[in-house]
Amino acid sequence: MYVYLGIDVGSVSTNLVATGEDGTIKHSIYMRTSGKPIEVVQKGLKLMQKSLPIGTKVAGVGTTGSGRHLAGVMTGADVIKNEITTHAIAASNVVPGVQTILEIGGQDSKIIILRNGVVSDFAMNTVCAAGTGSFLDQQASRLNLSIEEFGPLALQSNVPVQIAGRCAVFAESDMIHKQQMGYNIPDILAGLCAALVRNYMNNVGKSKEILPPVVFQGGVAANAGMKWAFEKALEVEVIVPPYFNVMGALGAAMLARESTNRRKTGFRGFQVADSDFCSGGFACDGCPNICEVVEIQEGGRVIARWGDRCGRWSNALAKEEKIS
Amino acid sequence: MRVTYPHMGHMWICIKGMLEYLGVDVVIPPPSSKKTMQLGVKHSPEFACMPLKLNLGNFMEASQMGADTVVMAGGCGPCRFGYYAQVEHAILNDLGYQYQLVVLEPPQKHITELIGKIRYITQNRSWFKVIKGIRLGYLKASAVDKVEQRAYYSRPRELRPGATEQAVKKALAKIVAARTPEEMPAALDAALEIMNGVAVDQHRPVVRIGLVGEIFTLLEPFANMEIERKLGNMGVEVDRSIHLSEWINDHLFMGLIKNERSSKPAQEKGLAYLGHTVGGHGLETVGSTILYAEQGFDGVIQLLPFTCMPEIVAQSILPQVSSDLGIPVMTLIVDEQSGDAGMITRLEAFVDLLTMRGDTPQLKDRNFGVEECPQRMRGHTSA
Repeated sequence: MYVYLGIDVGSVSTNLVATGEDGTIKHSIYMRTSGKPIEVVQKGLKLMQKSLPIGTKVAGVGTTGSGRHLAGVMTGADVIKNEITTHAIAASNVVPGVQTILEIGGQDSKIIILRNGVVSDFAMNTVCAAGTGSFLDQQASRLNLSIEEFGPLALQSNVPVQIAGRCAVFAESDMIHKQQMGYNIPDILAGLCAALVRNYMNNVGKSKEILPPVVFQGGVAANAGMKWAFEKALEVEVIVPPYFNVMGALGAAMLARESTNRRKTGFRGFQVADSDFCSGGFACDGCPNICEVVEIQEGGRVIARWGDRCGRWSNALAKEEKIS
Repeated sequence: MRVTYPHMGHMWICIKGMLEYLGVDVVIPPPSSKKTMQLGVKHSPEFACMPLKLNLGNFMEASQMGADTVVMAGGCGPCRFGYYAQVEHAILNDLGYQYQLVVLEPPQKHITELIGKIRYITQNRSWFKVIKGIRLGYLKASAVDKVEQRAYYSRPRELRPGATEQAVKKALAKIVAARTPEEMPAALDAALEIMNGVAVDQHRPVVRIGLVGEIFTLLEPFANMEIERKLGNMGVEVDRSIHLSEWINDHLFMGLIKNERSSKPAQEKGLAYLGHTVGGHGLETVGSTILYAEQGFDGVIQLLPFTCMPEIVAQSILPQVSSDLGIPVMTLIVDEQSGDAGMITRLEAFVDLLTMRGDTPQLKDRNFGVEECPQRMRGHTSA
């Protein structure tokens, strides 16, 4: 059996997906990044190898997410793509004809507008994290709830309370005030979901034309309260696809299939999971920018560098490679 | 008297040429860097925009190199930048820097006001010499712009990665080396010859993006995280809506030099959406977006420093222009941040969007507009 691997290294979660040649998902893995992208990717590869039938061959690898370059050099990816494009590709394959993608992850939220199957517009949150998964996480733990309980509880609400949604700081203090006045938890949670949706619509969704079918994906889509709040605000059905939390990885796998068409994969094999990768950094002293250069080493050999503005270090490596 | 001035892209070449021709001792601050930013941020009002912070950092670094006089643009009209020279001077005074301040303002009535100021800096050289010096400065600005425009073309098409960057460095050195207006034509020829020497693949398909927005963030590569180079390396041919020589001609010479690129057409186009100048380059941003759409560019990116009022006005108008003319527009706001991963992600996604649109011809000619969308909803629906 041949599979295509997609790896999405996000700020909060790292996901791996293996798809068959027909694009169906054979196995998916969702893990917390916990600030250690290298270890998590290695662990994910090990888990993936175990769960795939023996003799499975990897025909292509794609990486995405904010750690895509790191995962790319580690695995020898065939394609390294930004998360906006991969999410759009996955959604338009899973829900054909999708016109709007609402995506909320741990650290960022984005909206992607598609027309005729092609991305026509997108926006990402810039200066505000109020509408993201991390904020929900934090509020849930403040109320002593696990994030899994959040959604079902919010759905029990009869009268959602009004909560300020412009800024996470206002939202939090508003929530505390409402809670101390004696409103019950489900109503507060439902109010919080509605406030976050308002914040999302004003920050990310502003001046975008939201047409159905609307797909809601990313880790926060697990929260039924958020789905309810989006449906109420948009007055259309909001679809949460079955693999909503690994859509980026799925898109990367699909792109890997496309890019290895009539070409051999650059995948370095599952054994990279046992390689000794280490990342280090140093401050370049070439100019007053003092760039923090990141260096990825495998078994003592430098395999990648980035972080320098002028290309002094990253280009130096590229040249060395060309000669050898 | 040792004169310094703030950085804005390659502007230093033009002013250095002019002042040195007039016998002024010039101190060029080191190129804007993280250190410049740190110095500026530490001593500036928090709500000021990034240009003020970088200017201030430039002056503080130049002072360590022995500068004692600041020459700064200013005046009524642009935006709050018009007052930055005075604010920066006051901050420098409070910090104990002994700086003289000369503000070069767009003349209210006649170009002689400007020449008078320059004569003061140059300690009363003859009018003739001063005018020749200004001409040298203008010629240099214009030559630098020509080199940059060649680089826009060759960067996405270069056969050897990095060839354009090296050529730009060499070409600019030729322009810097010219000392008199008489040497300029030869220097320009030499510079352009170097630029033409970059081997390119003329048939490579490229995406074309117009850059619009606030002048400082457009011109200063440190401020815009080298967006031109980043896009160029992604296979994008860029064009910048504002060039230094054009700004000098429009604002300082009041359009004295004819048949040169000017911001007039952009201003006139912009009037269709914004009946008024709103300070800074707000009107030009709207107008240039329309011009780029008409010239068949694939997309437009608007750049502005955080809290820039004129550009915020323009930003709120651009979605309408975008949907009327069917040209995708993305806005990037820059501030102190130095991590560029977020910017690269956005640029890549935008380029992907434009490439995919370009591959789908029926989409390219289409205004993704109102008629076909009965259930149209605006983003401001609330729960």
